[in-house]
Amino acid sequence: MSAHTDSRDTVIETKGLTRYFGNRKAVDGVTMSVPRGSVFAFLGRNGSGKTTTIRMLLGLLEPTRGSSAVLGHDSRRLPPDARARIGYMSESHTLYDWMTVRQCGEYQSRFYPRWNERIFRSVVGHFRLDPRTRAGQLSRGERAGLSLAITLAPEPELLVLDDPALGLDPVARRSLLESMIYVTRGDSRTIFFSSHLLEDVERVADHIGILDGSVLRACCQVETFRARVRQFLLRYAGNAAPPAQLPTLPGLLHARRSMGELRLSIAAVNDQTKQLLRTLGASSVEELPMAFDDAMIGYLGDRGERRFFLEDTTALETAGGRS
Amino acid sequence: MPVTISIQTGSNVSIYQQIVDQVCAAIAAGRIAEDEMLPSVRALAEELLINPNTVGRAYGELVREGILESRPGRGMFVSKRRQIDSRAERTRRIDQAVCSLVSQAFRLGLTADEIVEVVARKTRDMAAGNSKHGGGGSR
Repeated sequence: MSAHTDSRDTVIETKGLTRYFGNRKAVDGVTMSVPRGSVFAFLGRNGSGKTTTIRMLLGLLEPTRGSSAVLGHDSRRLPPDARARIGYMSESHTLYDWMTVRQCGEYQSRFYPRWNERIFRSVVGHFRLDPRTRAGQLSRGERAGLSLAITLAPEPELLVLDDPALGLDPVARRSLLESMIYVTRGDSRTIFFSSHLLEDVERVADHIGILDGSVLRACCQVETFRARVRQFLLRYAGNAAPPAQLPTLPGLLHARRSMGELRLSIAAVNDQTKQLLRTLGASSVEELPMAFDDAMIGYLGDRGERRFFLEDTTALETAGGRS
Repeated sequence: MPVTISIQTGSNVSIYQQIVDQVCAAIAAGRIAEDEMLPSVRALAEELLINPNTVGRAYGELVREGILESRPGRGMFVSKRRQIDSRAERTRRIDQAVCSLVSQAFRLGLTADEIVEVVARKTRDMAAGNSKHGGGGSR
């Protein structure tokens, strides 16, 4: 990992960020940086530590070990002016139920010197909310819309969205994506969001971080991820059975055998991997194109090696040195 | 704007590549003419609901290939047809592509006639503009 970059290029930077709950490690030594201006998708299965990480980033939870900085400030001591430049939408959409949609906006606007009423109204409109409805009467998707309007109206420099698509219907999801793309109009606005919806991630994200069982296993551009996680088809002449035992293949995610065929999903492919594949006695080795969601599911699957880490700069193979 | 680009997520082809392929196919089929203007990066991103950087990179690639040209202050236009590569270079590149295609087709057990037939059909399809993305498209 490179030395600390300064906050003009990086909006979030963590170093060995770790949090225990009792004996359980919820987040384990996460070191990552989020470039300014990126749309960064924070991915991982339920319980992998995404929300815990986000809460530590925002100073809502103390790390057990390690540190994080947001907009150049230590998360534990974020000054109010830095906080005002961060928009945070939590999973739970905390709102005062007795206020109407309009009142929620008016109330929130008082906390922000910079409040763009036009943005508030347009997001509320996108989600087709009636400004006179009380927050307590909104559906889950509508609450998300109102929360999003409140989060976007102050035009934050850094937007942190914890699973914003949770419980949204397809129309509301579309509005969410439209709003996210709208935000990128502003120069050097950064969006950091967690999600399970890989189609949405494929559309809007340019960077991803992947948490797997509390450990960060990738932090790179989407393109890097697509280039490194690959699938190969090995054919065996005369429908011969593929070898039962495979040699150690760095980054092997998944192997599937069938008559005369062996399909391998491999992360962190390099020339060495390709040479190794040629030693497996197949009559042909062919690369198969792989969709983003398949690559991600393979990466997060139950099987597979977990000793590698994907990042942009270094040509990591087995990143034993990272732990 | 007559350029209709449609994006599929969950495809074997990345969104970036889908844009490059579809713009190329539209130009090849004459659905976008020389000198015609394309939508701006921002407009296309908002229409397709994708990250503007992805559109920017696809346009950048097309500019590098000499297919589009950026006219400062005006927008992105289809270049006049130019032979940017030398004849020898073009021959070399197409040879390479044909070679890999034919060898794969033989491996898959196609006959010589079948290979010619497949290529002819694909060429007609693409010229008519109903091309599917290469590489298998969506699942």
